[in-house]
Amino acid sequence: MTAEPVLAVEDLTVTLGTRRGPARAVAGVDWSVAPGRTLALVGESGSGKTMSVLAATGLAPRTARVTGRVRLLGEDLTALPPQRRRVLRGRHVGFVFQDPSTSLNPVLTVGRQVTEAAEEHLGLTRRQARDRAVELLELVGIPSAARRVDEYPHQFSGGMRQRVVIAMALACDPALLIADEPTTALDVTTQAQIVELVAGLQERMGTAVVWITHDLGVVAGVADTVAVMYGGRIVEHGPVDDVFAAPGHPYTRALLAARPRPGHRDADLPAIQGSPPSPLDLPAGCAFWPRCPVRGDARCEHELPPLTEVGPAHRVRTFYPSPPTGEDR
Amino acid sequence: MSADVLAELDDLRVWFPAAGSAPVRAVDGVSLQVRRGETLGLVGESGSGKSTTGLALLRLVDPTSGRVRVAGEDVTGWSRRRLRTVRRRVAMVFQDPQASLDPRHTVAASVAEPLVVHRLVDGADARRRRVAELLDLVGLRPELGERHPHELSGGQRQRVGIARALAGEPDLVVLDEPIASLDLSVQAQIMNLLRRLQRELGLTYLFISHDLAAVEHMSDRVAVMYLGRIVETGDPTQIYREPAHPYTAALLSAVPVADPAEERHRRRIILTGDIPSPVDPPSGCRFRTRCPSARDTCAQTDPALEVVAGDHRAACLYAGDAVREMRATPSA
Repeated sequence: MTAEPVLAVEDLTVTLGTRRGPARAVAGVDWSVAPGRTLALVGESGSGKTMSVLAATGLAPRTARVTGRVRLLGEDLTALPPQRRRVLRGRHVGFVFQDPSTSLNPVLTVGRQVTEAAEEHLGLTRRQARDRAVELLELVGIPSAARRVDEYPHQFSGGMRQRVVIAMALACDPALLIADEPTTALDVTTQAQIVELVAGLQERMGTAVVWITHDLGVVAGVADTVAVMYGGRIVEHGPVDDVFAAPGHPYTRALLAARPRPGHRDADLPAIQGSPPSPLDLPAGCAFWPRCPVRGDARCEHELPPLTEVGPAHRVRTFYPSPPTGEDR
Repeated sequence: MSADVLAELDDLRVWFPAAGSAPVRAVDGVSLQVRRGETLGLVGESGSGKSTTGLALLRLVDPTSGRVRVAGEDVTGWSRRRLRTVRRRVAMVFQDPQASLDPRHTVAASVAEPLVVHRLVDGADARRRRVAELLDLVGLRPELGERHPHELSGGQRQRVGIARALAGEPDLVVLDEPIASLDLSVQAQIMNLLRRLQRELGLTYLFISHDLAAVEHMSDRVAVMYLGRIVETGDPTQIYREPAHPYTAALLSAVPVADPAEERHRRRIILTGDIPSPVDPPSGCRFRTRCPSARDTCAQTDPALEVVAGDHRAACLYAGDAVREMRATPSA
């Protein structure tokens, strides 16, 4: 990746104030995404994958303490006053969240919503905005866009609503698209449509995408680079092919192995015991240690393993990186 | 009903009245048999009618027409009171254990509730013993009985939901998306637990899920639903390898696999449009409006489930051929 990253995050840490004390939601996270590329952030609940992206774009809750450096198109967001940060984000970053109905206002026509941001950031007139809305709805594959632009969200199916949200996210021609579990609430045949839509748009427009998901199948289909998160940290980071073919962290390996595979119906699944840790109660050393099938030594329990290189641009945070055999798959 | 059939739906329809329109045909002519000791997987997308089918089997919704038989008894017209005698023998596990457990009750109280309702134990001591036994059965330490649902992890809560379902010593358990809201690392635990319980207790499962890989792993037979109908049924390995119905083929091709190299080379059958409204399903074959291989005849004839080979059936006038055609010329 030689191109200047669209978004780069360095040593990002997010601490949330809760009634039960401080929760370290994200700790020392680094990643970046280049134009036209997709970074997938994978993890289970509480892993910090969503919080790291919200904090990076200045959308963390008010109780959060955020430290680290975030550069959007070369500008250091953390050094900017909130107002300027908001403008920069609105102009260059589009968001698609899991549930399209929470992103849409039920009493406004979809046309008005799709271009609301564009009117503000690009200074479009009402007339121009409406034309742009029709264009965007056509772009995301909504049939009879010229007619449907005046309809309300409830007149659209779940899949079509998510297309509207994508049109909305693309209205200002953003350099970066943040997609937070955009297909999780959708059926699998609709998911396939949305994945294809985003891939096509990205190719045409050179948009950088940060795709947050828990679905390893989706990751395999959309990502160029993967960052696997656990307990607020990145535990494995690398090119998608390398991470799937030779996962170096015991957690990544266990996660990949725990999915049912065709032809293995008679055997029990190699399950990971226990549950993901709460950000309120993280172990001192490796956060995965209490559940780890490798179960190293006292070091794992008390010391945070550093990120170590196991291949080109492929890093893992463990004292026991697995040899790249691929025998588990 | 033959001896090895534990529960059966016969041409079942469940139509829900809707304000200002014709009824919603959630289930519209479903026949299926659940054999004793097996897991029947019921797959489909939202709006396919799979959950309503499960509820109908437990008589938790009233059928509009058709018959429901459980353990040799036709329970279709039974009153609530009379149903209580079979209710104990059938149980349900829901998707969201958080929503199905009373947040004010301790785990022990939730698990004990069916024991009390069905008068299965005498006295507080026996009740406590049985609750401890049930918790142990699902892999929970007895101390967890003192906790409230919000103090448990998602996986622990689902274990409580399963313990509660097993309290009445049921023969049949309807599992409605039991792993859908769990973390990936916890899903495997729950699938293993369900399989162990089936082996140990001789349970029969109806496993309802939109997760095709999980259904293949769990099921002895599978039925695929689309818009209120079963469109294909048979052995999962066979159906997954060689689907005969175009909808099943499209569904399977849409499932992403955790293999980047394979994902790049896969040819997907991308369906266009959305599932039609169950208020006014298409004439003839219900899938024809989205089927890449639909022909004129598909609008006229409503295809029945016909044998493809052995236990494998599909409801398509051009079963097999239609799928081969789609694969030769994928849309998109």
